[in-house]
Parts: sequence; C-alpha cells; structure tokens
Amino acid sequence: MPSEPNAEAGPAGSSPWRLALRQLRRNRVALAFGGLLILIAIFVLAAPLWAEHVADTGPNETHTLEKIDVDGEKREVVNVEGRPIGPVWLGAGGKYFLGADGRLGRDEMVRLMYGGRASLFVGFASALMATVLATILALLAGYYRGWVDTVISRTMDVIWAFPVLLLGIALGIALALGGLKIGPVEIPSGSIWITILIIGGVLVPYTARPLRGTVLALREKEFVEASVAQGAGPLRVMFGELLPNLASTIIVFFTLAVANAMLFEAALSFLGVGVQPPDTSWGAMVGDGFDLIGSAPLLTILPGTMIFLTVLSVNVLGDGLRDALDPRSKVRLEAHAGIAEPEGTAV
Amino acid sequence: MGAFVLRRLAGMAAVLFAVSVLTFLIFNVIPNSDPAQRMAGKSPTPQLVASITEEWGFDDSLPQQYLTMMGKIFSGDVISYQGQEDVDNRIVEGIPATFSLCIGAAVIWMFFGILFGYLSAVRAGGLLDKTLTIAAVAGISVPVFWLAAVLLNYLAYETGLFPAQGYVKLTEDPIDWAYHLILPWITVAVTLVGLYSRVLRSNMLDAMGEDYVRTARAKGLRERQVMSRHVLRNSLIGIVTLFGLDFGALIGGSAILTEAIFNLNGVGLYLYESIENLDLPPIMAIVLFGAFFVVLFNALVDIAYAYLDPRVKLGTEAQ
Repeated sequence: MPSEPNAEAGPAGSSPWRLALRQLRRNRVALAFGGLLILIAIFVLAAPLWAEHVADTGPNETHTLEKIDVDGEKREVVNVEGRPIGPVWLGAGGKYFLGADGRLGRDEMVRLMYGGRASLFVGFASALMATVLATILALLAGYYRGWVDTVISRTMDVIWAFPVLLLGIALGIALALGGLKIGPVEIPSGSIWITILIIGGVLVPYTARPLRGTVLALREKEFVEASVAQGAGPLRVMFGELLPNLASTIIVFFTLAVANAMLFEAALSFLGVGVQPPDTSWGAMVGDGFDLIGSAPLLTILPGTMIFLTVLSVNVLGDGLRDALDPRSKVRLEAHAGIAEPEGTAV
Repeated sequence: MGAFVLRRLAGMAAVLFAVSVLTFLIFNVIPNSDPAQRMAGKSPTPQLVASITEEWGFDDSLPQQYLTMMGKIFSGDVISYQGQEDVDNRIVEGIPATFSLCIGAAVIWMFFGILFGYLSAVRAGGLLDKTLTIAAVAGISVPVFWLAAVLLNYLAYETGLFPAQGYVKLTEDPIDWAYHLILPWITVAVTLVGLYSRVLRSNMLDAMGEDYVRTARAKGLRERQVMSRHVLRNSLIGIVTLFGLDFGALIGGSAILTEAIFNLNGVGLYLYESIENLDLPPIMAIVLFGAFFVVLFNALVDIAYAYLDPRVKLGTEAQ
C-alpha cells in the first residue's frame, strides 16, 4: 500500500485526525471490510443498470405466466404449483440470475439490488438522524445541566425502559400503516421516511446517554472555562468548543447506530411494519421468502446474508475507527502486555 | 437497604406509568385516523367501529380514555377482535414457552459469553483473542431471523437432525422439550454471546489496570488467582447489570422473531400473529406486558447492584 510522503514523517506536528487515519490504514482487517462495504454500495447503486440492461425488468414487475429461454429450453417463471424458478445464472442472458422471488415471478436479483438500496438508505439516514438528535440533546443536557438535563435524561429513561423492538413495532403499526400528519407536514403511509423517523427516533437514547456523560466530563475542563471567561455564549461553547472534542466519539457511535439501524429495519420489515410493499428491503425480502423456506431457502438466506455482511462490515470498520480515534484502547493492550505502565482508568 | 429498595420500587411504578402513557399516546393519539377504525382490523363494518368507539370510550376526554384502557387491561377483559379471545388469558398461556426459551438461552449466553470474554482478556492481543474477537463481531452482526433460517434449513429441513417447529411442554416430556428448543436457544444466544464476551473482555482489561490488581500481584498471588478472584469477579458486576436489562427485554418481546420463526407458542408468537392481523388490543396489552418486564428487571438489577457493589449503597444512603 503506497503511503503519503509525509505519513512517515513522525508524530511531530501531525494532527490527531491524521494520526488516526494512519492508525486506520495499518488495520488490514478494517480496511478489508471497508472494501467489502464499498463493493456492497456499488452493488446496490448499480441496480438500475442491471435492471435495464441485463434483467430487462423492474423490481416490482410481475411475470407470473411468462416463460423464459434457459440454455435453449423453455421454462416457466412460476410453475403450476406456484413455485418460482431457481437461479439460472447466465442461462437466460442474465435474466433471473438468482431466480424468481415467489408466486409473482419477480426477478430476485433485481429485487436484491433495489432492496439493498432501501436497507442501506434507511440504515444510514436513520443513524444520521439519531446521531444528530442525540448530539444536540447531549450538548443541551451537558451544557445547561440542572432542570434541562433532568428533563432530557428522564425522557430518555422512559424510552429506554420500553422494549426497543416493541416500541418500533408499536410506532410502525401506528405510523407506517396509517401515515403521519403533523400540521402542514404530511407523510403518506408506506413512505420509507416513516421507517427512518421511527428507527431514528427510537435509537436516540442509545447514543444520547453515553454522549451526555462525555459532555458532562468535558464541561468541567479548563478550556470550557476559558471560553466562558472570554465571553463566549452558550451556542459558541456548545458548538465551537464542546462539539469538536466530541467528534471522535460521535463518529464511533454513528457506525454503531448504522449497524443497529440496519438490523432494526430488517426486523421491522420482516414483521411487515417497516418498508411497505411494493417497495422492498432485505429485511422485507427475508420475510417474503420465509413462506418458501422449505422449497426455496435461497430467497431467505440471500437477502439475510447481505444484511449480515453489511452490518458486519460496518461493525468491523467502526471498531477500527474506535481503535484509531481512541488511543486509550491501545494503551490498555500495551499495559496488559507489560509494555507500558498502566495508566489507571482516568477518563 | 430497605429504604433503597422501596425508593427503587416507587421509581419503577413511576416509569411504568410513563411507559403506559406513552403506549396509550402511540396507539390512540397519533393523529392519522380514527383509533376505532384501526382497532377494528382490516375490513371493519360500521357497526363494529361504532361499538368499539362506544366500548373504549373514544369520544371521551383523553385522560378518561387512558383510564378506560388501563382498567380493561388490568381487569382482564380485553377481547381481541380477531378470534374474540381473552387477551390476558392468551398472554398467560404463552408465558411457559417464552420463559423456557429465554431462560435456556440465558444459560447458554452467560456461560459462553463469560468463557469467551475471559479467555480473550487473559490472552489479550494473542491469536485466540483475535479469533474470538472476530467471532464476537460476527455474532453481534447476525440478523436473528437469518440465523434462524440457516439453522432451520440446514439442521432441520435438509438433514432432519432437529425438529423444525413447535413447543413441547416441559411437564409432558422434558427431553423432547429441550430437543425442540435447542435451535431457538442457539438463535437467541449467538448475538448475546458476542456482546457479552466483548463487554467482559473490555471490563477485564480495564480492571487489570486497577490498584487492587497490582496489590494482588504484589502480595504474590498466582496469575490465575489474580485473574479469577480479582479481575473476573469485579468485571462480572457490569455483566450482571447488562444481563438484567437484556433478559427483561428478551422476555418483554425481543424473542418475537425467534418465537415466530420456530413456531413456539409463546407471547412473542401471539404478538406476531396479532401484528399480521392488525389486532390492536393484544398488541397494546403485550407492549405493556413487555415494558413491565423491562422495568422490573431494571429495578432488580439496581437492587442487585447495590448488594454487589458496596459503594452504590453508601452513595444512596449518604444523600
């Protein structure tokens, strides 16, 4: 791997971010899974290309009664018993590469690619939403303390006390199937944004709680005091002083939130209260395929494997980022191996 | 200590109240349609909608509606609209299967979680640690239903090694009971084994830097004794906290996917069926049932924590 000319110039003058980047570059496992994540992203981004030029069908087009030419042999897409055709690979010029998805005879490969778009989009968008909300709440609670902190923390406690999957299901039933109307804002039922709102909202406490603790600790530091003494207002302190010091923690929690949001989306869609038909996601595809698990297990296992690989990549990459951004984790290992004197548990 | 327990139980009641209000708001107030209309299921008749409006008091004021709903759930006369069953009865009937699933899985995940976490902390940085860490990340990343599908397909349908479906009562045949539950137990446990081994490993690595560990080494204890008596024992406190929360959440509904896929006749399967039919009364009751267990185990954890860690007790009594 070619390194930048100044990457080996030594720690003097290197910014923490550059140090972290260098650390991450050395982590081969994290890099490999980062590469896998990029491949998955390319796979789902290529969906329209594959649909138009190879499979010649959209993700929701049904082909119940059609026959296709597989290696010169005519085969039904869905047979009389309602069983879909299995993977034909390149036998039909790329059509039905992975077979059909069930009674409706939709192209499984096309659906897998489009479903992945929904899964990744919901995962990233709701994680982003949860992280932004959590950061703002944590900054408010940690900066103002007192009753602001009490109100925010107690509200988080109540949401925390809810079984998280049940809360998602309850909101999914109330919103995903009925739509949402708040004043001028109207989101129709079945919109993917409802799923994003639900997951983003439900995951807020999981990020806000630990971030609040970090803000409370930072609030006591001299640089905050110095900033206040210079006459900085609340916004300046929160976003100019505290936020930059939170950045590395936020990044680590964001990756965790992406992984959790994707698993959450999959569970909700599997149960039918997440992404709504005719749209699909990997979780919804697992749910659809489950009825046929005895005869066509691939319909369940393929989209499930895609979720697994994506979440795994995000988690490994997140771990790599954490190791790179949090030097303490290295110190801990060295301390155990007897290389350095243990530093205690100072935060 | 008695005062602490009492205070914790009062706190629990307050949180339960807040949770029930939240449930009520989600189902009855989210402004998108007539709650009676939604409650009546997929294709309601006008008479049914009218009778539901009447029965649940949807024309009353909101606090009155809340009281009506709670009164119905606690007095046990909530009737599902699909099948006209007594909801509370169905929940009680589901408890044995749900508890069998959760307790068995808990034994597995605690055993392997602690074992793997201990081994990778003791060998931190080594090959075993790296292997176990990768396995743990994989475990955390597994979608439950995918794991269930793979196990079902390869171990039940294709090879017939395990039964695919159903729950056998413990009282009827203990061996068959366990045999039917092995795959569901594994399904539930895998993710948590990954999580617990990671948490324990990091707790133990933190503890290794503590003064009492240095003291233990300095007074000449063998490494194994230092690890098991001092490091592990102190690191387990964090695991106990986590266990209470996860076990509560599991009984309170997180087992829904596993129960649905393996067709175990528990509370989760009932919830799954109710979601498929959009049958709101059981869903509301089960959400409250689940929240109750989460809150209960939260409180139990705090109380256990006060016993295990004397500093907590001092902290609360000093106030």
